Amino acid sequence: MWDRNQMAERAAQELEDGMYVNLGIGIPTLVANYVGDKDITLQSENGMLGMGPFPIEGDEDADLINAGKQTITEMDRTAYFDSATSFGMIRGGKIAAAILGAMEVDENGDLANWMIPGKLVKGMGGAMDLVAGVGRVIVVMDHTNKHGESKVLKSCTLPLTGKAVVSRIITNLGVLDVVDGGLKIVETATGVSEDEIRAATEATIV
Amino acid sequence: MNKIYPTAAAALDGLLHDGMFIAAGGFGLCGIPELCLEAIKNAGTKDLTFASNNAGVDDFGIGILLQTKQVKKMISSYVGENAEFMRQYLSGELELEFNPQGTLAERMRSGGCGIPGFYTKTGVGTVIADGKEHKDFNGETYIMEEGIFADLSIVKAWKADETGNLIFRKTARNFNPPAAMCGKTCVVEVEEIVPTGSLDPDNIHLPGIYVNRIVQGTHEKRIEQRTVRSA
Repeated sequence: MWDRNQMAERAAQELEDGMYVNLGIGIPTLVANYVGDKDITLQSENGMLGMGPFPIEGDEDADLINAGKQTITEMDRTAYFDSATSFGMIRGGKIAAAILGAMEVDENGDLANWMIPGKLVKGMGGAMDLVAGVGRVIVVMDHTNKHGESKVLKSCTLPLTGKAVVSRIITNLGVLDVVDGGLKIVETATGVSEDEIRAATEATIV
Repeated sequence: MNKIYPTAAAALDGLLHDGMFIAAGGFGLCGIPELCLEAIKNAGTKDLTFASNNAGVDDFGIGILLQTKQVKKMISSYVGENAEFMRQYLSGELELEFNPQGTLAERMRSGGCGIPGFYTKTGVGTVIADGKEHKDFNGETYIMEEGIFADLSIVKAWKADETGNLIFRKTARNFNPPAAMCGKTCVVEVEEIVPTGSLDPDNIHLPGIYVNRIVQGTHEKRIEQRTVRSA
C-alpha cells in the first residue's frame, strides 16, 4: 500500500518534460517534490505560471500567494496575469494536466470533489473550470473513505464537479484508467494484489 | 480631468445607493480593495449584491460588511473562510450564487467588453448547468453564461498614474482587472500615485480608460495562510 508521499511520487511519473501543470490542494501539492529533473511549470490559477516553493521565514509577501492562499515565491520564469487570462489558458486547453483530490470518482470518469449535501458548502473555486478545460485530469486519493467504503464507484452519489473528465486514478492501492466499459487496473501498489483492488472498488473493472 | 480623490469616502461620494450591484477585485485577502470596503461600511449602504471571488474573513474584506448586515447577495466561487457568512447563509439572511471561478472571471471580463453572454464547457453535467441554455459546437456541449454589468467596480492596484493607468503587483492582480472593467463606474485604490509619464506605456496592466476615480492610501495587506520552509 502506498502512503501520501508514495502516491504523490507515483503521480509525478505522469508528468512529462515541458508540461504546464496545475496541482490541487492536499496530496497533489506534494507532487511538486517528486518531479526531479523534469522541466515542469506549475500554474496557480489565481494568476501565476512558474510557482516556486514556500518562502523562508521573513520573505513572505502578502501579494504573492497560491490558490490555497499560502505564501509562495517566484522563479526566473514566472509570469503573472489576471484571473480571466488564467482561466482562459485553463479553459482553452493550454494546461496539459491537472492533478486533483476527490471525494468520489466513477467508472464513467465523473468526478465529485466540491460539495456534500447537508454539510457546509464552501464552493467549487476553480475545480469545475480545471476539470472541464485541461488536457488530462489525474485524480489522487485514498481508495476508500474512513468507513472503509469505496470511493471508486459505478456512479458518483455526490454532486458532480465534472462529467466524464477523469483519465487516470491513483490511489493508495494502485493506478486505474477510465476506459470503455469501466476501469482498467494499470498498476498495483507495493504489496497490493489485483484482487484486493477489486474488493475495494465498487466500479466495474474490465 | 481630475481623477484623484483624497480619501476612499470622497472617491465613493455620490456613487453609493441601497440595493446596488458592486464588482470587487481580490483573491482571498490578496489584492482586495480594503479602503473602499471600509468606506462602504461607514457609509451604511444596504442590500448590496457583490460579485467577488471570495467573501473575506470575519473581520476583514467583505466580512466587515457581513457583520453590519449590509450585504444581500454574494456571487462567488469560494466562501470557506468566513463563519459569519455561513451563519447568515444557513439562516436564510444572505443569498448566495456559486459561480465556477473561471466563469466568474469571464463573466466580469465579458461584461466589461460589452458581451452579454458566452458559452463554456465549465459546469456541463453539474448543478451549475441547471436551467441554463445548452448548445453544441463541434460535437461538444456548452452552457451559456451571462456577462456581469455592475453599478460600481471597486479594485486595488499597486500604482496608478494621474490618468488612472494601472500596474498591479504579483498575484495581487487576480480579479482586479476584470472587476474594474465590468462596472459603470470604477474606483481604484492604490499604494502609490505616480506622475503621469513615469510609467512605461508598454507595461500598463490596465489602461486608465477603465478608471474613473483614484485614491491613494495605506493598506494592511493581511496574509491568510503564512507558510514558510526551513532555510
